[in-house]
Amino acid sequence: MTAIHVTGLTKRYGDLVAVDAVSLDVAEGEFVGVLGPNGAGKTTLLEMVEGLRQPEAGGIEVLGEPVWPRNPRLQPRIGVQLQASSFFERLTAREQIRTFASLYGVGRATADGWLERVGLTDKADSRVEDLSGGQAQRLSIACALVHDPELVFLDEPTAALDPQARRNLWDLLSSINDSGRTVVLTTHYMDEAEVLCDRVAVMDHGRILQFDTPAALVRGLDAPARIRVAPGALTLAQAAAIPGVTETREDVDGVVLVTRDPAGVVGALAAGDHLDGVTVQTGTLEDVFLSLTGREYRA
Amino acid sequence: MRALQQSPFWALSVAILRGFLRDRAAVFFAVVFPLMFLVLFGGILGNQDQSKVDLVQVGAVPLVDGLPKEARAAFRQTFEVEQAKDRAAALEKVRKGDADVAIEQRGNDLVAHYTQTDQVKAAVTQGTLRAFVDGANVAATGRPPTYSFTAERVEDDSLSVIQFVTPGLLGWAVAMSAAFGSAATLQGWRQSKLLRRLQLAPVGTGTIVGARVAVTLLIAFGQLAIFLGLGAAAFGLTLTGSWWMSIPLVAVGTLCFMAIGLLAGALARTTEGAVNLANFLVLPMAFLSGSFFPLDGAPSWLQRLSDLLPLKHFNSGMLDVMVRGEGPAAALAPLGILAGFAVVVTLLAARLFRWETT
Repeated sequence: MTAIHVTGLTKRYGDLVAVDAVSLDVAEGEFVGVLGPNGAGKTTLLEMVEGLRQPEAGGIEVLGEPVWPRNPRLQPRIGVQLQASSFFERLTAREQIRTFASLYGVGRATADGWLERVGLTDKADSRVEDLSGGQAQRLSIACALVHDPELVFLDEPTAALDPQARRNLWDLLSSINDSGRTVVLTTHYMDEAEVLCDRVAVMDHGRILQFDTPAALVRGLDAPARIRVAPGALTLAQAAAIPGVTETREDVDGVVLVTRDPAGVVGALAAGDHLDGVTVQTGTLEDVFLSLTGREYRA
Repeated sequence: MRALQQSPFWALSVAILRGFLRDRAAVFFAVVFPLMFLVLFGGILGNQDQSKVDLVQVGAVPLVDGLPKEARAAFRQTFEVEQAKDRAAALEKVRKGDADVAIEQRGNDLVAHYTQTDQVKAAVTQGTLRAFVDGANVAATGRPPTYSFTAERVEDDSLSVIQFVTPGLLGWAVAMSAAFGSAATLQGWRQSKLLRRLQLAPVGTGTIVGARVAVTLLIAFGQLAIFLGLGAAAFGLTLTGSWWMSIPLVAVGTLCFMAIGLLAGALARTTEGAVNLANFLVLPMAFLSGSFFPLDGAPSWLQRLSDLLPLKHFNSGMLDVMVRGEGPAAALAPLGILAGFAVVVTLLAARLFRWETT
């Protein structure tokens, strides 16, 4: 069954087309990322799918139900984490999640269980204002999941976090669709989408440019691989002589061989005993974005 | 009760109430700040008119010393008498403000040396002394007086300062916390997207609004209890017969000022802006509605203008039933006017409301 079925979705703000004829299908149990820079239309797309905004054109079905106008049958089945930390002021973490649990008719024990699962038990009595950015995001995610929804939307859960806190959050994020839950996550971090998502929709200027698995996106890129060996492992002339090498260069860190046949080139390097300090770098989502939009990625 | 405690309405109400009680600034402005005015007006300024006139008597004053017993008691009620041998020292005392008046008797002439610094006391002093001299003149004729004078109060208890200021300050306090509460909640929740988040939970708008209204009413009744309790216990506030009509008045007044707060919250773009706008609407209204001083002396155009303000009707309704001894019916017109304001302003706020700040 499809969790989300979107066709020709469009939304304008004045002259700005925030979301431009987007069609998208998400299967049940998938972890899907919507990747794009700020202002790409990710949040607007998500808010229309959540039923917070009325689309100008197009159709949306979530878990087999229409989302607009406000659909009370759907609300208990979806969980939402909004971009800002949407908390009740001056409540402690425990009071916060228990309040959200009550809104969904969920008991205190379940709420406290979620607090433990996101690692906030020792912060249960701290007010939300006193939590760190990472802790607040954990609480916010727990509040979105407390009623065990079938589908959960996370809008930039790692935005404004330092790299360490971001990586800490990835473990939690990657675990939340273990039980077959469908997850839709927006992010503007390439590495995050690559690590967490089954499929990634690359979005810019209100359009979805491509929607596929991270590996397929990179494969489809047809970008050359860069193979680097330690300085002095081989000369530039030797490097250029290897079949399949299209370009060579040398810098203080070593010799770089550019090729579309990384396997063959590595084989040749091994045969010549030139493997000292070898690294192979293939395309990344960053390259995908560059080739799709024709410009550097701006986070 | 158990079902209620597990309901979303209860959860939201508890969350909002906790948020209020932990917000020191909100509690200060809802309770402590208005109470400071009550203490100021009721306690400090209220006692001033009861203080006696300090009188210095230079040498022997037979006119005063020879007063009959009852007249002497009356004299002592107005004057705090002190003896001085030296006339110059007595005058210096008056000049410095340590005494209000110095008296001496030259033959049959009673001479009062007074200071004009406190004009009210000066007038009271002269009037009272003259009355005693007149009384002594009548007594000196040896004939009973032809005319007599009796003073009777209109009110059961005189409308002393505390009686007047308590309903007005309470009206202001309720108006302020209701308006601030709803303005700050609407804007704050919109800013943090909590409003959006709640929209996605299986909770109706009625439940959210209902919880906010319930908490604001609870706070308003708390203010009513604290004001009446402290006023009666510490400052001699005496409530009249149908004071209980102040309960529905406070309830409807709260709704009316919540609506004004909603309007401020709908118009402003930030939480601070919403609170400032609510303040801008409520504070001048408090001055023009007689919360701090009576409007009886104000020009008639100002009094007409104040009739357009909901707080004026709130205050006068509270004054009527709490201290003026009017029947319950006196609150009906203010109740109707406040309810009308509440409906109209709420509709206006609803029209202007946007889910998003951008």
